[in-house]
Amino acid sequence: MAERPEDLNLPNAVITRIIKEALPDGVNISKEARSAISRAASVFVLYATSCANNFAMKGKRKTLNASDVLSAMEEMEFQRFITPLKEALEAYRREQKGKKEASEQKKKDKDRKTDSEEQDRSRDEDNDEDEERLEEEEQNEEEEVDN
Amino acid sequence: MADVAVGKDKCGEQRLVSLPLSRIRVIMKSSPEVSSINQEALVLTAKATELFVQYLATYSYRHGSGKERKALTYSDLANTAEESETFQFLADILPKKILASKYLKMLKEKREDEEANDGDKSDNDEAES
Repeated sequence: MAERPEDLNLPNAVITRIIKEALPDGVNISKEARSAISRAASVFVLYATSCANNFAMKGKRKTLNASDVLSAMEEMEFQRFITPLKEALEAYRREQKGKKEASEQKKKDKDRKTDSEEQDRSRDEDNDEDEERLEEEEQNEEEEVDN
Repeated sequence: MADVAVGKDKCGEQRLVSLPLSRIRVIMKSSPEVSSINQEALVLTAKATELFVQYLATYSYRHGSGKERKALTYSDLANTAEESETFQFLADILPKKILASKYLKMLKEKREDEEANDGDKSDNDEAES
């Protein structure tokens, strides 16, 4: 797979924002420093991936999973990341579960709706919820396609 | 693959990660031995990268020289890469800078050394890219 050089970089705007939020107010970052941190971040991803992959291979798996990434952080001596990462993982799993339940609920509601269309007030509420769920579902599909 | 997770989502809550997952995935897949990546691993790697950026920036800022610290500079980062064990893996991509005149002087001295020894000498070139 041939990647263009720019594909291996992370977007400047996001990197800059992360740096600014981490540093005290009023501290500037030179363009060079920002660019260097961006490159460092890409190298970090490669290093973490390679390390995580070793753990996957040890476990005779071909797919990198969450625990491989956590083990990699330990190995790379970024233990300080492990707790926030575990929290993020929990939050992500809850979010995924919520989406799944929401789309299942939507399906139930849809079935219910075709049966009776006389409850105006609840139908308005349903419409709002449906819109939200529809958006979430689309997003869900996008994320799944990424897999 | 439009799954850029930036800023706030529709419910107005803070997103889990700000870095675009699709881009992170491209970088991860460029690693030769990697076959596939589960979605959780992708999210965690993105999150870890954000934590890394924060850590590198704050560490370099704190350990920088001078008391009136108004800016984070390239040399702060290069110093970190050289001096901190944790960030040593960055040493090659964040080389320290020296004056061109100093570098030329180093080259000249090295050449003179090689001529004096008159033999095979495999040096690691310490030139910055």
